[in-house]
Amino acid sequence: MSVNATPAGAQVSAEAERPTTTVPTQRGGRRKPPLSENKRAERRLGWLLCAPAALVMVAVTAYPIIYSVWLSLQRYDLRFPDQREFIGLENYVTVLTNEFWWTAFGVTALITVVTVAVELVLGMGLALIMHRTLVGRGLVRTSALIPYGIVTVVAAFSWRYAWTPGTGYLADLFSDGAPLTERASSLAIIMLAEIWKTTPFMALLLMAGLALVPEDLLKAASTDGATSWQKFTKVMLPVMKPAILVALLFRTLDAFRVFDNIFVLTAGGNETSSVSMLAYNNLIRGLNLGIGSTMSVLIFITVAIIAFVFVKLFGTAAPGSDDGERR
Amino acid sequence: MAVETTTRAKVRWGLLDVLVVVFALVPVLWIASLSFKTPATLTDGNFIPREWTLDNYRTIFDTDQFVRALINSIGIALIATLIAVVLGAMAAYAISRLDFPGKGLLVGVSLLIAMFPQVSLVSPLFEIERQLKIFDTWPGLILPYITFALPLAIYTLSAFFKQIPWDLEKAAKMDGATQAQAFRRVIAPLAAPGLFTTAILVFIFCWNDFLFAISLTSTERSRTVPAALSFFTGASQFEDPTGAICAAAVVITVPIILFVLFFQRRIVSGLTSGAVKG
Repeated sequence: MSVNATPAGAQVSAEAERPTTTVPTQRGGRRKPPLSENKRAERRLGWLLCAPAALVMVAVTAYPIIYSVWLSLQRYDLRFPDQREFIGLENYVTVLTNEFWWTAFGVTALITVVTVAVELVLGMGLALIMHRTLVGRGLVRTSALIPYGIVTVVAAFSWRYAWTPGTGYLADLFSDGAPLTERASSLAIIMLAEIWKTTPFMALLLMAGLALVPEDLLKAASTDGATSWQKFTKVMLPVMKPAILVALLFRTLDAFRVFDNIFVLTAGGNETSSVSMLAYNNLIRGLNLGIGSTMSVLIFITVAIIAFVFVKLFGTAAPGSDDGERR
Repeated sequence: MAVETTTRAKVRWGLLDVLVVVFALVPVLWIASLSFKTPATLTDGNFIPREWTLDNYRTIFDTDQFVRALINSIGIALIATLIAVVLGAMAAYAISRLDFPGKGLLVGVSLLIAMFPQVSLVSPLFEIERQLKIFDTWPGLILPYITFALPLAIYTLSAFFKQIPWDLEKAAKMDGATQAQAFRRVIAPLAAPGLFTTAILVFIFCWNDFLFAISLTSTERSRTVPAALSFFTGASQFEDPTGAICAAAVVITVPIILFVLFFQRRIVSGLTSGAVKG
């Protein structure tokens, strides 16, 4: 009896959803030629309600990014404003032939790849714990949310003090020097801080996918003698694929923006700058708007390429997009 | 037999739980511990302070620098949250309930912005805000915060709005209410929990920001706590700021802990529904 309850419930909700998706097409088919007054009012209201959000989003991103392209084509150093002139792609040549840029690019790529890979594994484990634990589910979920919610700068300071000999508990435990003064260990600590902070977010996205795995399918697999690992790889992973891809896409692009942790932990010392850090330094510290903007544009292009490749390779449906049929 | 395995399973899950809790909490507890230590015991590496003191907290609340930053943080985050939730709710309502051309475009644009590298905006916004004379002001930070919070707000809210029973709105319209009235009187009250959850998520986002906060401000006038923290030098130049930084860090962590403690369920459902169910 109780076994039947879940599928029946699922059926009902599926049934309930269907009318809302099919009715509009029927109605649209019937009333296509003359756009009814109602329909036109609905459109107007739709545009009206979306306009403010759309305007703000476009005004604060699209216009500046175009302006940024324009700035990147100029020699424009705020310390020498009279030397401002149009120099075409010269800034791009300067940046792309600069070894600091490529070091920072390498650091950013390394951090992105390593943290996202580790987070996927840890996040999956955490998602399973949060979803299936028999005891203390609320406690686990609450504690997991703390790294997600905490201010990154605060967490970074905590890690910095933890790894500084004297104020720290980890520095003496794992090494005899000051780990934050050496490149390899600094990078490892930056990655640790990133992973600590963002694994819960990854886990939450994955948990949303876990919730979609039908319980009776797992039971059926058990009855057929599947091991836990087989259930995980053959039943859960396929169902979770969209959630995994969304989580990966979001985390990859987010990891590529790494800034706060590096700023606090090493300030970019010992060649641990990320591209964001480098762009910030050129702009705010160096006051070089031309070079800073060039880096901004290059980062934007890189992110666009990553997003494009993700979507092309995996064909993820955009989260929040309207095609509910995807499930 | 069955009882025994479930007990064993419970113990195993319990151990995993403990592992997660320790992993999640230790860094937070460490910085809290540092904030209660006296300058003399600051470097003893003890997890529990041997001598407790509130001096660090007294110091930061005595300095204008921190108090000002705290006011900026609270004010900016609250205003940005309010505006983002209102604009986001309007758009999400339209996306989840109305049929109009350009809907897909809006969803696409918000997705793009959710993935946008913020650092790419730092240089143009720096220049634009200087020209508009809003550099180093509250609006100068509120604007980018709203922008980057909107995709989050729109996704989470559309997910919530899709769960609201449509029929109630129809019934209201049958009784003579206009679409706008139906929104205000019927849907809005039902949507309140979703709005609240979204507000928490957006607030956390604004509260957290560091990049814009250090790039688009230059003085105490609008510098928020995360930015101020990184410039903290202590009461005098010769004083080690560690204790003060830790105390300030704890102060801005308290609201987050409170949110998480009281609204764990809502935050989890908000984040997960926005992500997949969309």
